[in-house]
Amino acid sequence: MTSSCTLVEALLQPLKTTRYSIPEWELCIRQARASQLLARLATTLEDEQLSQHAPPPVQAHLLAARQHQAHLSTAIRNEVTYIETAIRAAGAQVVLLKGAAYELAGLSPSRSRIYNDIDLLVAKDKLEDIEINLMLHGWSSTSQDAYDERYYRQWMHEIPPMRHIERHSLIDVHHNLVPETSAIRVDPAKLLKETRSCPNNPEIHVLAPNDMILHSAVHLFNDGEFDHALRDLFDIRDLVRETVRSSDDWKRLITRAEELGLQRPLYYAVRYLNLVLHEEVAEHLDSLRTHAPSATKLALLDRMFIRGLQPQHATCDDFATGIARFSLYIRGHALRMPLRLLLPHLAKKSRKRLLNNLIGTRDAG
Amino acid sequence: MTEGLLTLYNQFPVEPPTTFSDFHIEVTPPKGLRRWIRPQSIFVFDGEIPFKPLAANQAFALLEWGMNWCIYNHAHHFLIIHGAVLERNGKAILLPAPSGSGKSTLCGALMSRDWRLLSDELILIDPDDGKITPLGRPVSLKNRSIDVLRTFAPGHYISAPIHDTAKGSVAHMKSTSDSMLRVDERVAPHWVIFPQYMENQEATLTPLGKTDVFMALVENAFNYNILLEKGFVSLARLVDSITGFKATYGSLDQVITHIDQLADESGG
Repeated sequence: MTSSCTLVEALLQPLKTTRYSIPEWELCIRQARASQLLARLATTLEDEQLSQHAPPPVQAHLLAARQHQAHLSTAIRNEVTYIETAIRAAGAQVVLLKGAAYELAGLSPSRSRIYNDIDLLVAKDKLEDIEINLMLHGWSSTSQDAYDERYYRQWMHEIPPMRHIERHSLIDVHHNLVPETSAIRVDPAKLLKETRSCPNNPEIHVLAPNDMILHSAVHLFNDGEFDHALRDLFDIRDLVRETVRSSDDWKRLITRAEELGLQRPLYYAVRYLNLVLHEEVAEHLDSLRTHAPSATKLALLDRMFIRGLQPQHATCDDFATGIARFSLYIRGHALRMPLRLLLPHLAKKSRKRLLNNLIGTRDAG
Repeated sequence: MTEGLLTLYNQFPVEPPTTFSDFHIEVTPPKGLRRWIRPQSIFVFDGEIPFKPLAANQAFALLEWGMNWCIYNHAHHFLIIHGAVLERNGKAILLPAPSGSGKSTLCGALMSRDWRLLSDELILIDPDDGKITPLGRPVSLKNRSIDVLRTFAPGHYISAPIHDTAKGSVAHMKSTSDSMLRVDERVAPHWVIFPQYMENQEATLTPLGKTDVFMALVENAFNYNILLEKGFVSLARLVDSITGFKATYGSLDQVITHIDQLADESGG
C-alpha cells in the first residue's frame, strides 16, 4: 500500500529530510499543501532544528506557511470574541469544537493548524435564540434553498453554516456531535456538563480533554469527507500525547468513551494512530478489543481507511484509492442516516450538482 | 497558449526537473463535452481547480491570472503589494495601484524607455532586507491601453488581444530581454508613485507625506494583514527608505519626463 508517502515519512522521521533531493522536497511540499499539513511540516522541522537544512526555496514555503498559520490563529481569536458577544446576548455559553477549541485552549495541534471555519456546540433549547443573536451580529445563513434548509434542520446535528456579511468568517453551530439520524447516539448534555473554560478566556469553553479526543475520533471516522483526514489524525495524535499519558489516563478515556457510546470511533482512532502514524498505542487496542468490528469487516476497513488517511494528492494514490475514498464517502453517509433517507438524499444531491454544472458552466463560458 | 509562452517567455531558461518548482500548474481543456462544445480552458493547481473555467481562447490570460493567484495566495514570505515595479541604476520605482488606474500602461511605457521591468502586477518585498524580487513576466494590458502602447512603443511585441474576458480585452506586452535575463537581481526600493491617469491632465508629481504613503500602501497590499507585526515593520521601513508621490497625468510622454528627471536628479 501507499504508506511510503514522502510527506508522512518527513513528518514521522524528520531527520530523513536532511537527505532529501530537490525533487523529493518538491513532492513533500506539494503533498503537505494538498493535505493542509504545510504548517505542520514547518513546525515539525523547527522542533527538530532541521529547518535550516532545507534548501532555500523550501524554507521560503515553510516560512510562508508559518506566517499564514500565525495569521489564522490571530484571526480566529478575534472572531471568537465577536461570537462570544453574540452568544452572550442570547444568554448562552460559547463551547468551541475542533480547530478553534485547540487554538483558544492553547493545545498542541493549534501550532500547526489551518482553520476553515469555527465550530460551536450549543444546547438545542438555546439554538433559536443563538441563531437570532448571531444574525443580529451580522451572520447570515448560507443555505442555498428550501431542500438544504430542511436537510439540516430535520436530520443534521447542526444548522446550515452561517457566514458573516462583512468579515466572511464561517461558523457551524452544532447541537450535537453526530446527526439526529445517525446510528451512534451521543447525549450532548453529558458533554456540556463537563466543559472547561479556556486559559485567559474564562468566558470561552471547550470540551473536556477526553471528550475532545472522542469528538475528533467520531468526526474523523464516521464522516464521509476524507480530504483532511491525515491532518485530523495528526490532531488526535497531538491531543492523545498531551492528555493521555498514564495507563490510568487511558482507562479514564475508555470509560468516558463507553459513557458516551463512542467506543467504536475510539477503537479506530487508536488502531490508525498505530497503523498509519506508528504511534506506540497498540497495547491499548487490547483494552478496546471488545469494541472492535469483526475481523472480516476490519480487514476491509483497513484497506479503506489506510488509503483515506494518506495525503490527498495524486502522487499518494494507488489503484484502489479512488474506490476507497468513494466507499468512505458512502459509508460516512450511511452512518449519518438510514438508507431510506440516504438514497433519496444522494439522488437529490447529484441531480442538483449536475444541474449546477450545466447551468454554472454556461454562465462562466 | 503555447504560442504565447514561446513568444512572451522566450528568454526564460527551461529548468531541468532537478530545479525546485514552487507551483505545479496546468491550463487544459476540461474533460467531457466542454472539450468540444463551446470549448473551455481550466486552470489546474496541483490537481485542484481553484476557479471557474474560461472560454478556450482565453487560455493564456487564465495562465497569467492563475500564476498571480498562486503567488499572492501562497508566497507569504514576501510582503505583496498590488502594483508595478521597475528599476533603473539599481533603484526601484514602485507604482502601487488598483486595476483601472493606468498602472500597467505606465509600466509598459516606462519599460519601453529603458526601465527594467520587475513586475507589472505583484511587488514582492522581502521582509528581511526590504529588497524586491523580480518576476520579469509580460505586462498585462487591458482595453484602450493595448492600442495606446502599440503607438507609444511600436518596437515592442504585444500579443493579439483576447476579447470578452472578465476584464474586457486583454493583451500581453513582452518584457525586454534585460527584464527577463536579470530576473535574479533583487533591487532596493527608492520611489513610490501612485499613478492616476486623467484625460487631458497636465502631468504633475505631488510629494506625499509618509503617513499617506503608508496608508495607501496598506490599501494596495495583498497580505499586509497576514504578515501581522512583520507586515507593519517591513512597510514602515519601506516608507522610511523611499520618497513618495502622487502622479496625475494625461500624457505618458509628460509623466515619463518627470519620472526620468527624478531618477537623474538622484544621481543615477
